[in-house]
Amino acid sequence: MAKNELDTRFTEFGTVSFAAVTRVNDFIGHLENGKLMGTRCVKCGKTFFPPRAQCCECLSAEIEWFEVAGEGKLVGYSTLQYAPTGFTEEVPYTIALVDYGDYKVFGRIDASVPEADLAVGMTLKAAVSRTSNGRLTYVFKRA
Amino acid sequence: MSRKVGIVGVGQSAFVRTYPGSIRELVFESFREAMKDSGIARTDIDATVVCSAPEYDKQRSPAGVIAEYLGLNPQPTFYAETLCSSSSTGLRLAYSLVASGLHDVVMVIGFQIMSQLTSVESQERMGRGADILWESPFGTMMPAYYAMHARAHMAKYGTTPEDLALIRVKAATYGQLNPLAVYRKPVTLDQIMDPSSFLGAPVAVPLRGGDCCANADGSSCLIVASEEKARALAKKPVWIKGIGAASAPVNLAGRDRLYGLAAAEEAARQAYKMAGITAADIDVAEVHDCFTIAELMAYENLGFAKPGEGRELIRSKETYKEGRIPVNVDGGLLSKGHPIGATGGSQVRTIVLQLRGEAGEIQVKDPVFGLVHNIGGVGLYGNVTILGLE
Repeated sequence: MAKNELDTRFTEFGTVSFAAVTRVNDFIGHLENGKLMGTRCVKCGKTFFPPRAQCCECLSAEIEWFEVAGEGKLVGYSTLQYAPTGFTEEVPYTIALVDYGDYKVFGRIDASVPEADLAVGMTLKAAVSRTSNGRLTYVFKRA
Repeated sequence: MSRKVGIVGVGQSAFVRTYPGSIRELVFESFREAMKDSGIARTDIDATVVCSAPEYDKQRSPAGVIAEYLGLNPQPTFYAETLCSSSSTGLRLAYSLVASGLHDVVMVIGFQIMSQLTSVESQERMGRGADILWESPFGTMMPAYYAMHARAHMAKYGTTPEDLALIRVKAATYGQLNPLAVYRKPVTLDQIMDPSSFLGAPVAVPLRGGDCCANADGSSCLIVASEEKARALAKKPVWIKGIGAASAPVNLAGRDRLYGLAAAEEAARQAYKMAGITAADIDVAEVHDCFTIAELMAYENLGFAKPGEGRELIRSKETYKEGRIPVNVDGGLLSKGHPIGATGGSQVRTIVLQLRGEAGEIQVKDPVFGLVHNIGGVGLYGNVTILGLE
């Protein structure tokens, strides 16, 4: 990358991305390698998902990546039959919040899991995936 | 020691699908009502706080053009924004400007013109009121976030889609009586429970069309004054007894629960403490029913019902006008409409009219304390204001 060129990899995230540049653009590189990752403060050990580059607990900017692995519990979900601009061709799709204990992850349920099979409290696992328009994302699948 | 603060004038435009004019003209409608209500002169107004959610119309920094149009130069004017609770935040600022002694009379203007956008564009704007890095790329929108809360509430407490529908039926009961409401038709339980009807069609499961408030164009205007000015100006001043505000993480990943709104609970705790009263003392309330589930959670977060028992309040009609704690007897956001920046001011207007005994057909019997619950974003900004007589 040229010296004054901005790292704009974040534009590749999700069906429609609303930002290009963050200090955690390596998140995209990890997705490309098949890994969903959050960050951990090297100084105080606090874990962050979504990932962040700076720690509000101890003011450190030294972070390391960890993989979102294992199973989480479904906290809440909704299937959209109507969608905002940019997403209307994808309906129906289901958004969800999954609790991993130390952190929670917001995302979409994989289309392989029918809405009727979902229930609050069920276990799910996250997996790197592609959106219907071929962009990088992650989804929750049956554990 | 901060000064006592009263509300001496209230105004609201009709909430309509499409206002055939510009924001300055729309604001004038509620300004005129508030000015006539208070009987004060423009020169008595020391400052204006202008409130809306950004990006619904082209005007940037709207405080300037609005102050000019209303003849409020050279007094200071500035903009306040917390999405759907912008004008409650404006009221909080006005309160502190007056309580501190910096100003004696401050006007709070709330407005929104939403009709310049299509519905899907509007959903995209609202979605961007959440976390644009980590949530919006999944295709989020307000009804879906609240639907996730509904799902969590149903799982934890056994609340049903029918309970939610009953809240809409109540809103429509009173929307019919409100000449300023955008939706003035009755709604039946059967309509919402029928997936083939417009009101029963799923939007973001488990929420249906009838569970969602109506976008609208509208404005509201409040005039806030010091005790001395309020006693001189108003026949029956209504006082700000408690004013609470709180925030919660934007991204739902940062929330400790989805079956309630922590920011609302915290704002309520502050407001009750400041007013020196409890939920049992509230005689009439306006709550932020942007979706039916939001009203149900408000019952519990405000202490009108124990956690999980909100549904009993609506099932037994205790939140109707004749009930134990009347809620949203002006039609609420569901039927009156929700022009984002105007909503908080409109809620306050309803409570002020109730406390003065000027609420007409929807008048509750002899209320002494009224409460306003106004939420910005998905439980992101919580605001609870308690108003009272003396």
